[in-house]
Amino acid sequence: MKEAMIRIENLAKKYKQIEALKGVSLQVGRGELFAYLGPNGSGKTTTIKILTGLAVPSSGDAWLHGFHIDRESLQAKRQCGLVPQNINLDHELTVRENLDLHGKLFQMPKKERKARISELMEYVDIADRRDSPVKQLSGGMRRRVMIARALMHSPKILFLDEPTAGLDPAIRRRIWSLVKQIQQGGATIFLTTHYIEEAEFLAERVAFLDEGAIVALDTPRKLMDGMGGWALDRIVSGSMETSYFRDREEANRHIDQQEGSFSVRRVNLEDVFISVTGKKVLE
Amino acid sequence: MSGMLAIYLRELLILRKRFFRQLASMSVGPLLYLIAFGLGMGRDVRIGSHSYLEFLIPGLVAMNSMIQSFAIASEINIARFYWHIFEEFQAAPLRNIAYVTGEVLAGITRALFSTAIILFIAFVSGITLSYNLYFWLAVVLNSFVFASLAVGLAMLVKSHSDQALLTNFFITPMAFLGGTFFPVDRMPEWVREVLHFLPLTHASKAIRAAAFGEPPELFPYILLGALGVVLFVLAYHWVNRARE
Repeated sequence: MKEAMIRIENLAKKYKQIEALKGVSLQVGRGELFAYLGPNGSGKTTTIKILTGLAVPSSGDAWLHGFHIDRESLQAKRQCGLVPQNINLDHELTVRENLDLHGKLFQMPKKERKARISELMEYVDIADRRDSPVKQLSGGMRRRVMIARALMHSPKILFLDEPTAGLDPAIRRRIWSLVKQIQQGGATIFLTTHYIEEAEFLAERVAFLDEGAIVALDTPRKLMDGMGGWALDRIVSGSMETSYFRDREEANRHIDQQEGSFSVRRVNLEDVFISVTGKKVLE
Repeated sequence: MSGMLAIYLRELLILRKRFFRQLASMSVGPLLYLIAFGLGMGRDVRIGSHSYLEFLIPGLVAMNSMIQSFAIASEINIARFYWHIFEEFQAAPLRNIAYVTGEVLAGITRALFSTAIILFIAFVSGITLSYNLYFWLAVVLNSFVFASLAVGLAMLVKSHSDQALLTNFFITPMAFLGGTFFPVDRMPEWVREVLHFLPLTHASKAIRAAAFGEPPELFPYILLGALGVVLFVLAYHWVNRARE
């Protein structure tokens, strides 16, 4: 692996009696797009909250670009940008004012803030709405403003917590293109999602998180190849059963020996998740 | 410094965006009190050598500067629990001291703004008092105490309703009992003793004495200053409590 931009060792978080994270360890390399995939409540957001200073870990350590998140918190925070799950913009302020305040929080000089705002407005394609109050923007536009704001101080690491949750498919794809562009610009991206196709399309490596623990971690291709490559879904006594095959021909041969309704498709990360945890990501 | 300014300027920007709403909301309370207690009940009442209206104006300044500086807690709570903007501050390389200073300054600014409104209403009502340096120092110290308390408590509460409880049980009783509407010295001794534990009692006394042009007593200023510093330090430490 290239230089580790994110290093997590045995990170754990307990909320009273609930163990939200159970000793997670992982590393994300420079320029990598890493996806954290898991159902709601699996600990994805908790991990991001700890890494970005919003929550305190119960135990364990983490470093962002070599800076410890607790002992060197200010330097660690300078390394990263955060796009949280909730739209947390100032709704009464304009797009420009939101970005400008972010720049001030990150100690950017006025001239630099002004230039960066113009650049980012073009980048996320929202320049014509720069002086609109956020409350007048659509959900997709707000999400793009959030991404622009997180990029204001040119972070080396970008945390995206469910960046496309609740958006329609067209806007989701637009955000995906933007995320890819950001990665091509050299940023390391840590993305949480419960959308299978999002992780498959974007990520170079994926960690499956279930009940606060990583249950699998590899490239999407390797994870899916481990299942055989092709899946055959069939309805048996009212419930879906899936079998896995090395290639399509093998799956087709299997169909010839059976009766009923079938569908053959490529294996996806959902299949891997089900095989590892026994449940669906969206359960 | 830049982080502190960002916090302060954000509050000012929001205040500016809501200028006319804020102006109306900050004016309505003092106006009602002036009409009900000053022009209605207190028209023929004199307290010492002053009319009741002259007595009431400094009390309203003390009360309103307390309420408006403490109101910063509501703004923080809205940012925290409703808009989640507080997460933006938590994720920024911002020292606790910068955050607390920015919010406390915003609270003091709100208080000064509301004081200016009351003084304008007083001027229109024909009341002229002495708005000297001691008057403004007492207003600033009073606002410093309650803005620091507001920021500290805003870090501890877990919901909006907790915040409303604190306002109902501490701020509202203090507004009525802290020497705003009546001279504390005329109360029975045991009540006086109790009321002397309220910071607003001392703020009202200092603001009123300054407004009447009387020589200032040092004690209320020292007390408010010291209490403000203690609450500011507590607020600084409690910022970390807001992290999950």
